[in-house]
Amino acid sequence: MVEWTDAERTAILGLWGKLNIDEIGPQALSRCLIVYPWTQRYFATFGNLSSPAAIMGNPKVAAHGRTVMGGLERAIKNMDNVKNTYAALSVMHSEKLHVDPDNFRLLADCITVCAAMKFGQAGFNADVQEAWQKFLAVVVSALCRQYH
Amino acid sequence: MVQWSDSERKTIASVWSKINVDEIGPQTLARVLVVYPWTQRYFGAFGDLSCASAIMGNPKVSEHGKTVLKALEKAVKNVDDIKTTYAKLSQLHCEKLNVDPDNFKLLADCLSIVIATNFGPAFNPSVQSTWQKLLSVVVAALTSRYF
Repeated sequence: MVEWTDAERTAILGLWGKLNIDEIGPQALSRCLIVYPWTQRYFATFGNLSSPAAIMGNPKVAAHGRTVMGGLERAIKNMDNVKNTYAALSVMHSEKLHVDPDNFRLLADCITVCAAMKFGQAGFNADVQEAWQKFLAVVVSALCRQYH
Repeated sequence: MVQWSDSERKTIASVWSKINVDEIGPQTLARVLVVYPWTQRYFGAFGDLSCASAIMGNPKVSEHGKTVLKALEKAVKNVDDIKTTYAKLSQLHCEKLNVDPDNFKLLADCLSIVIATNFGPAFNPSVQSTWQKLLSVVVAALTSRYF
């Protein structure tokens, strides 16, 4: 089981409390599709993904970005049982959607960059980054778990 | 050989021109040591690395952070021949310093995050894409003498 210190819990919940899902979700997914264009192959039904402007203005990308961040909220609310929280979602991404599990890590990295941009040096200091990346690593691990 | 478009070259030059080496270098290395504490094993001679504030205030960390970022300038100025530019540095880290090559990637990731915290919305996805392309080429070059 993952151990969380009080400081880590405070940092993670503090950061989450300041995040606007409707803003960060679309930003993070857009960034993922632009910076790692091979991830676009899973979103063929999303319409125009031909350029950064098209991706950032695509309402389906924005909606799915919000969905993703909504999914992340489940981990926030179940920090002591992230693995079980994501069991069904992991099975779905593995068996039904056939998503390359490395994509979870890429998206996590993009969420981190978006948070860094938003909160700057003071709000996203090294201690906060450490706790946040630990949290996302646990989420990524849980999402990958049913693949193997 | 790595291909760079004109817009990528402009982006790299533009990002680099806005980077203050004396500020970003120490911040980046300090972050690596805090976020990935196992990297501290290479810096046994640096004194107190016992906590985040000690790392941030450590003058040797700060100095080495500046050195690292100055070395990155060599890539910015030689984007068409990064592999050769870093051949000796790669050999040094492999054969003499015995640095785990994965650490180059960790440092690159922290550098991107520090730039994001400093630049804010100016570090848009297109800029990030180009910047991470540069860093991945640098990381590959630094790893090239290992294998």
